Amino acid sequence: MVNGRNYLVPDMLDEKVAAAGKRRAVLDEYESFIGRKIFFISSFILLTVLLCGISISLGPLKFSVLEVYATIFDKLFPNFFDVPELAPIVVWNIRLTRVVMGVLAGIGLAVAGAAMQGILRNPLASPFTLGISAGAGLGAALAIIAGVGIGGGGKLLLVGNAFLFSLIPSFVIVGLTRYKRATPETMILAGIAMTYIFSAISSLLHYFSDSDALKDVVVWLMGDLGKATWGDIYIVTIALVICIPLLIWKSWDLNVMGSGDEAAKSLGINVERTRIFVMMIASLIAAVIICFTGMIGFIGLVAPHMTRICIGGDNRFVIPASGLLGAAFLVAADIIAREAMAPVIIPVGIVTSCVGGPVFLYFIMRKKKEYW
Amino acid sequence: MEFGYASTPILQGVHLELAKSEVLSIVGPNGAGKSTLIRCINRILNPQKGRIVLDGSDITNLTRMELARQLGYIPQSDHQSFPATVFDVVLMGRRPHISWRSCQNDKEKVLDVLEMLNIEHLAMRDINEISGGQQQKVLIARALAQEPDVLLLDEPTSNLDIRHQLEVMDVIRTLVTEKNISAIMAIHDLNLGSRYSDRMVMLNRGVIAAAGNPYSVLTQENIKQVYGVEAVVKDEDGFPYVVPKSPVGNNGGVRPR
Repeated sequence: MVNGRNYLVPDMLDEKVAAAGKRRAVLDEYESFIGRKIFFISSFILLTVLLCGISISLGPLKFSVLEVYATIFDKLFPNFFDVPELAPIVVWNIRLTRVVMGVLAGIGLAVAGAAMQGILRNPLASPFTLGISAGAGLGAALAIIAGVGIGGGGKLLLVGNAFLFSLIPSFVIVGLTRYKRATPETMILAGIAMTYIFSAISSLLHYFSDSDALKDVVVWLMGDLGKATWGDIYIVTIALVICIPLLIWKSWDLNVMGSGDEAAKSLGINVERTRIFVMMIASLIAAVIICFTGMIGFIGLVAPHMTRICIGGDNRFVIPASGLLGAAFLVAADIIAREAMAPVIIPVGIVTSCVGGPVFLYFIMRKKKEYW
Repeated sequence: MEFGYASTPILQGVHLELAKSEVLSIVGPNGAGKSTLIRCINRILNPQKGRIVLDGSDITNLTRMELARQLGYIPQSDHQSFPATVFDVVLMGRRPHISWRSCQNDKEKVLDVLEMLNIEHLAMRDINEISGGQQQKVLIARALAQEPDVLLLDEPTSNLDIRHQLEVMDVIRTLVTEKNISAIMAIHDLNLGSRYSDRMVMLNRGVIAAAGNPYSVLTQENIKQVYGVEAVVKDEDGFPYVVPKSPVGNNGGVRPR
């Protein structure tokens, strides 16, 4: 104060401007952080579309990628594009189903895996953690070896069995939560127990089966995208269209639960109900996919991790982004499965694990910070 | 309020009252039930018997979300399983107020809270990579983002060095006075508790052994009875200052030869 006047006003203004500047800087940084995640998602959409084009163009009858896209758009805008002879039949009846199923399975498994890891706070969780794979294996064994199960015969029996039996462990675990609180530890341990039980019964069936049936079961367990029909694709699409938005709806709650059950409760989340809900939806997605494709491992476990290495742990972005990464990865794996030993087609589950393993190892070695 | 785990009763007949803009410390030996009491108020644990009344209205049966708009909980420490930025962690505090998407308003509130605690420069850092003191401030920020009427703190200073202890306690005291909220904290350090709270409650084995202003609670007699420790209570800056001397009767201690 000089001469009774308050000369502090300009200083205060400076301070305010500085503070506002800092604030703007933080907000900008946050916005660009989000921008990076959106960029990641968009690039993976493009990558997946490109990989689909490449995948469809390969095979005994070769087309160029542009001819493939032309054939697809030809259905929407007839007579607009120049389409080679035979292309529509090959593309639509034979190759597109395989690729579309690959995209759907990749998305579904990765999203289910990301959700499971979030809800169980465990980086080792996968869509199959709660016994789904063992259940499906038993269902398939029952159908192929013993010919028993739900559904008429042939494919319906196999698919129906695999689906229903894969969900039995999940129902048992949810039933258990009436007696014990639904903590991650309880659910994981129960899932392990279910896996042991169902695997044991499957092994019993394997032991008593004849070699043809046994080979069929083993091959089914390796995973295959080639047997998908458009009917199958419709069913899987409906399941994904219903379930994935539900998971994204809960994605912020998953974020909060990452801080611990106590913190989540104090922030207003009903932890047990959320856990059971997410677990059931993720199990449903996994069950619907593997009953048509067999066991495609690795994607559900690793796609979320690779996504987190790139864009951090915010589930609102990790869930959709890992879906896209999973889709791209599975389509790429399918390309390798078909071309590596052409014309023999290797089961795609083998390729995902074989190729994915070293790729993931490379990522682990290269990542800069600890992220779990 | 009464609470017990399966067969062991932890809290019995505990009755607390708190006014606005007041800080209440809960002190007591290990196992007295301090953390349990805090977590019962917050309904992280569900008490077998008891009511919680806030501002005249019974909040015992509110939904968790509604409760979260009024009570902010700050745990002792937090471990994030997957990477998260400080900004995102504090944004979680807005959860009770948001149904689906966060909007610009929420981001502004997060920034307000970060500035209040002088940690806006940490906004984009990963929460697992900052120091314990800074992490504690982030947890306080998260609870403040809930815009609660009452803050519940569970041992806010146990993992901190003396500087951070003072900083965190200063922040809480300032917030209580300026923002017109109240705070209940469970705290080990008797001297910090006496210095920063208006009233104090001493628990012993699940029941209240003493209550009132810090001077009346932190007496030689009380400390001897509840903690089993011979201590001297001095006066420091107008607050009672406890200097522990020796355990009473050497129970459980090492016998000198």
